[in-house]
Amino acid sequence: MTASPLIRLTGITKIYGQGQALFQALKGIELTVEAGDFVAIMGPSGSGKSTAMNILGCLDTPSEGSYQFQGVAVETMDRNQRALVRRHFLGFVFQGFNLLARTTALENVELPLIYRGQKAVLRHAAARAALEQVGLKGWEQHTPAELSGGQQQRVAIARAIVTRPAVLLADEPTGNLDTKTSEEIMELLCTLNREQGITVLMVTHEPDMARYAKRIVRFVDGQVESDHANGRAA
Amino acid sequence: MLWNTLLLAVRAIRRNLMRSFLTILGVVIGVAAVITMVTLGNGATRSVSDQIASMGSNLIMVVPGQRFGPGSGGAANFKNADAQAIRSQIPSAEWVAPMSSKSATAVYQANNWSTVIYGSNNDYFPAGNWELAAGRDFADNEERSGKAVCVIGETVREKLFGRQNPVGSQIRIKQFSCEVIGLLKSKGQSAMGHDQDDVVVMPLRTVQRRLAGSQDVNRLMVSVRDSAAIDAVKKQLSLLMRERRAIGENEDDDFRVMDTRQIAEALTSTTKILTLLLGAVAAVSLLVGGIGIMNIMLVSVTERTREIGIRLAIGALEREVLLQFLIEAVVLSSIGGVTGLVLAMVASIALSSLMGIPYLFDPGINLLAFLFSAAIGVLFGFFPARRAARLNPIDALRHE
Repeated sequence: MTASPLIRLTGITKIYGQGQALFQALKGIELTVEAGDFVAIMGPSGSGKSTAMNILGCLDTPSEGSYQFQGVAVETMDRNQRALVRRHFLGFVFQGFNLLARTTALENVELPLIYRGQKAVLRHAAARAALEQVGLKGWEQHTPAELSGGQQQRVAIARAIVTRPAVLLADEPTGNLDTKTSEEIMELLCTLNREQGITVLMVTHEPDMARYAKRIVRFVDGQVESDHANGRAA
Repeated sequence: MLWNTLLLAVRAIRRNLMRSFLTILGVVIGVAAVITMVTLGNGATRSVSDQIASMGSNLIMVVPGQRFGPGSGGAANFKNADAQAIRSQIPSAEWVAPMSSKSATAVYQANNWSTVIYGSNNDYFPAGNWELAAGRDFADNEERSGKAVCVIGETVREKLFGRQNPVGSQIRIKQFSCEVIGLLKSKGQSAMGHDQDDVVVMPLRTVQRRLAGSQDVNRLMVSVRDSAAIDAVKKQLSLLMRERRAIGENEDDDFRVMDTRQIAEALTSTTKILTLLLGAVAAVSLLVGGIGIMNIMLVSVTERTREIGIRLAIGALEREVLLQFLIEAVVLSSIGGVTGLVLAMVASIALSSLMGIPYLFDPGINLLAFLFSAAIGVLFGFFPARRAARLNPIDALRHE
């Protein structure tokens, strides 16, 4: 018997609404992700890639199917249990950054550690280290309003990796950024994947960004259309 | 968990200073307004009841004629003998003071002051609730012989003597000179608003002989030991006076018997209305404060909902988010409440001294106002957050 993969989705469906307004966003997704992988999920709007991402991130529950995270069934967990999975194993990076307004970079990065109940001294050190890792040393006391878009996304990445998560989930992380900044962010994600062994799952619709991934999964109409290794990264 | 959540709550308050300030302000206004209004109302009521008490408790006035006030409408005045008859025939009457009054100007050195001279006996002081601040009251022989001595009120002392001790000095009233033997303790304004300290008291006989030139007594002041006996004493007084003034069975009284209780009742009903009015104004302020808090909270719901979404996404439990918002609301409301209490105290003390009424600390209303405003603050701070924390994290994040 082989060890369980990090993530295994089997027959995942997601249905919104009912009756006439019924809409099936996911129609039986099969997906397995091994630890250390860098997966880009691509597809046109409405293909279900964001819905899949939310289910993978334990932010939403599937209508049917099973989701095993490190061999443990997630689909049967309640709200609080899913929150604890997010707290201990997942890190999020959103398209809109989603930092707390009027809050310094350091305090934003510290936030997940506070929920983990870490002591102040360790917390400060870890948050500073994470900010340094994303190249924001010296920007600790700046609030999001005082940072550029790229810097805000770096703070968001620092917040996601400060807990040393098993998986980093990035939903259109470069969607709000210009090309040069986007490339810098992608380089950062690659480095984290390569040097820290963090598994990265990224949703994007830009082929230029998907180039950085090791593997590309293409969604069309709620189903996986293709799933192959990326020539460049391999 | 509690400590960390407290940290998060404090950070959230610091981060949103304006919102926090406005929430606190809402509570402050509510608390301070209610407490100040009610405290002032209580003070006014107390002030009126103090003034009623200063008139002398259980006091009955007998005046000639059917009207209260000057001008007896032709009815004959009383005589000193009437007072003696009351004293001997109505045992429940504790003090009986016949009174004769005359306006006159008192002069001391270069100062002069126009005041009212009362002629009476030593019963006048306890019946009218007067105490002596200095000196003594009349000696028996002074009353009998109508000696030129007087006891003066605080206002007269101030006008004629300034801060000096008047006892032993001679003042001149009309054509005679009069020795000041005593100084009355100040009573302040009466419930009707006139200065009770603007008074000079002499033995009855002195006023009758030297000022009035007649044996008349304008008024009889009778005080009763036991307030339960007032009605009985009034009836006895009425009968006695009818008899002494030879009023036939079918004739109306040509005098009037009144007690301070009647005056007191009229005045307390006025202050009750006043307190009620103040209470209504205070309730409106409380409501306005509450609506202010409600506004702030609702305006910030969008931002806060997103914030809750972020917290949930990075692994906060629903109850941690709720606890944080609860602590935030409690901290803000408490700061507002305590500030309101202090502000109310300062404002009440200042206003009551300005209005010349006593400051009375009422723990009940302080507690009530504090709890009520704090409850509004907590309610409106907490319930929108509870709704947001129950959303799916994704829906909370997307909230517009």
